[in-house]
Amino acid sequence: MSPAPARGKATQTNAAAPNAAGAQRIEVRKTYKLYIGGAFPRSESGRTYEVRDSHDRFLANAAMGSRKDARDAVVAARGAFGKWSGATAYNRGQVLYRVAELMEGRRAQFATEVAAAEGLTPPRADKVVSQAIDRWVWYAGWADKIAQVLGGVNPVAGPYFNISAPEPTGVVAALAPQRSSLLGLVSVLAPIVVSGNTAVVLTSEHRPLPAVTLSEVLATSDVPAGVINLITGRTGEVAPWLAAHQDVNAIDLAGAADADGLVWAELERASADNLKRVLRPAGDDIDAVEPDWSRTPDLTRIKAFLETKTVWHPKGR
Amino acid sequence: MAKFEYAPAPESRAVVTLRPSYGLFIGGEFVEATDGSTFKTINPASEEVLAEVTEAGEADIDNAVRAARKAFDGPWGRLSGAERGKYLFRIARILQERAREFAVLETLDNGKPIKESRDVDIPLAAAHFFYHAGWADKLEHAGLSGGSGQPPRPLGVVGQVIPWNFPLLMLSWKIAPALAAGNTVVLKPSKSTPLTALLFAEVCQQADLPAGVVNILTGTSRTGAHLIRHPGVDKIAFTGSTEVGKDIARAIAGTRKRATLELGGKAANIVFDDAAIDEAVEGIVNGIFFNQGHVCCAGSRLLVQENVADDVIMRLKRRLLTLRVGDPLDKNTDVGAINSAAQLSRIRELTDIGEAEGATRWTAPCVLPERGFWFAPTVFTEVSQSHRIAQEEVFGPVLSVLTFRTPQEAVAKANNTPYGLSAGIWTEKGSRILWMADQLRAGVVWANTFNRFDPTSPFGGYKESGYGREGGRHGLEGYVTTGATR
Repeated sequence: MSPAPARGKATQTNAAAPNAAGAQRIEVRKTYKLYIGGAFPRSESGRTYEVRDSHDRFLANAAMGSRKDARDAVVAARGAFGKWSGATAYNRGQVLYRVAELMEGRRAQFATEVAAAEGLTPPRADKVVSQAIDRWVWYAGWADKIAQVLGGVNPVAGPYFNISAPEPTGVVAALAPQRSSLLGLVSVLAPIVVSGNTAVVLTSEHRPLPAVTLSEVLATSDVPAGVINLITGRTGEVAPWLAAHQDVNAIDLAGAADADGLVWAELERASADNLKRVLRPAGDDIDAVEPDWSRTPDLTRIKAFLETKTVWHPKGR
Repeated sequence: MAKFEYAPAPESRAVVTLRPSYGLFIGGEFVEATDGSTFKTINPASEEVLAEVTEAGEADIDNAVRAARKAFDGPWGRLSGAERGKYLFRIARILQERAREFAVLETLDNGKPIKESRDVDIPLAAAHFFYHAGWADKLEHAGLSGGSGQPPRPLGVVGQVIPWNFPLLMLSWKIAPALAAGNTVVLKPSKSTPLTALLFAEVCQQADLPAGVVNILTGTSRTGAHLIRHPGVDKIAFTGSTEVGKDIARAIAGTRKRATLELGGKAANIVFDDAAIDEAVEGIVNGIFFNQGHVCCAGSRLLVQENVADDVIMRLKRRLLTLRVGDPLDKNTDVGAINSAAQLSRIRELTDIGEAEGATRWTAPCVLPERGFWFAPTVFTEVSQSHRIAQEEVFGPVLSVLTFRTPQEAVAKANNTPYGLSAGIWTEKGSRILWMADQLRAGVVWANTFNRFDPTSPFGGYKESGYGREGGRHGLEGYVTTGATR
């Protein structure tokens, strides 16, 4: 994309500030890229798009992910599934908790980006970042409790041991919420990966920068490469490819609310081709609304991406 | 080894009184179709016409959904869980009281051996009602709220479409949890096996179940397609083919209708060299020849470790020579009739393809009756993973045998299917059982057993075998809402 003339002053952390000697120092800006398989590629399409803040001021050029990027991300997610789903629940819990630890160290950067993206006051943005960090902690604690709460022994009428336990469903595609760029993203992402699924996430289309910064946290945390893949770009363009992808097991349509050029019914229809598990967006009938992510979550989003496996074995002397 | 010669031991048909024709069961009464359409249901073992059955059209579906809604908004919705449960207990008891009648009728209409309808289908159907009856007043203890704090509430009117392989049992899997959770239902049995569902309607009358709580609409796949698309239906529960399951998923896309789909399978039954081979052979036989192989979770792919493959196949063939194929009403019959002419031609087509693709076919020598639909137990060896008989659901008494060398290879081959309903493991090594069970992407794993079912045990698939579970605490989840995001 050709760069459009910047409307208003660029606000990517105050562009230029005098240094101690009084001479002006030019800030080193960040390149915002995709996060696929633990690496930070640009879009293979070579495309970028302008990201602007809530006052329509230029923030950055973000990578405009393509169908090919989405497919690469699915390959990475599939490759990571065996090891991640096979890790101990204790290990997955610690990995998620580690994400919270690292976010805590970057809270100023997240708060600045969330404030710019969502037009929040600094105290409000700070609170949202706290909630997002705390959400990782909440879900981290679930990792080794899901099976106990959702599984159990079944008292069958015969000499058999019979046990049901939840397992992750596989590769999950997620449309991250459009409005809540960080808290919404974490609220959708953490329940997918906590049980051992791997994720391909389309970030908020117009507010993608906090997601990219989160990917930098993920890359330096203990989340194995490929477990979480984040794609910035046009949700309405890339989502149909994920909905129709035959190696994606489930899709979370949370970000269909307020997404441009996207009809969630069509994504659900395409998902039927390989019987993806579909988590519909909140709302009534065909409406899709973005829920209030500040509410304490429940097990719904974890359960949406689980399978129940039941194992039988005879008892005998 | 020759099979023992037994004298015929037929179960008496006298316990069943068939009416010449049956209406639709709507609002507690049997009524004729609005447009008067009917079809005939036959005994697949003899091609004898058993009765004339009504084909429900759109107007009838409308009436049934309206009756179900009225019951949901009225007497059924007002009833406490405890009282609701008592109706389910009544139904369970009546099924037990009339078990022999149901068993004979099921065998007549379906073609399955009487020993299976008598010992498996009907007792399990009654057990399903008994199990779910007890849930009706305990739903808030079932852990379904997910922390939302909202007590579970019924969804409303449930449209249920069931297959022909276990007609009454599938009805009970659908109706018992739906009613326990407080929903009302409109159920469509399969075109080729409507009779036990119609007899079940009489059970509802005997139980004084309030009118409209259960409605039975006989008909064709057209009837089912209209039912699932009816705007007055809040939830769909379907057991049947993956193809139709996908159609349903498409039909409800973009709505707030929910669905549980229990679809096809191509289960691997995996035999290791350290297995108790004779027990494993019994499990292989039960896995694929139970109910003529008309079982979605049938162990239709035998994966046998290479170093014992010859021995296992030899013993398997020897065992198959003793299977008795024939009159389903004979108490000594092991393998009954194929359910319909259409299914028989599907089995013939796929087995012909199996031969054409290069697999080696072996069929147990047996004399098949002249009338009716029959297919002798058949085993294919030299099967490779790309063969259609290794990929597609045959839904008949046809086993495909493949081999493997290592546990990893067994897992890779077992999981190499778009389905994920069930799997079997045969080994005496406990740690290997548990490792294999973890690796297999299937909803039900039977270790050193196969084809076991129980109302307390969740059943359902991964991947293209569908979603949702039936049975157990997990099965209730498909019939309630807790007011959370979905």
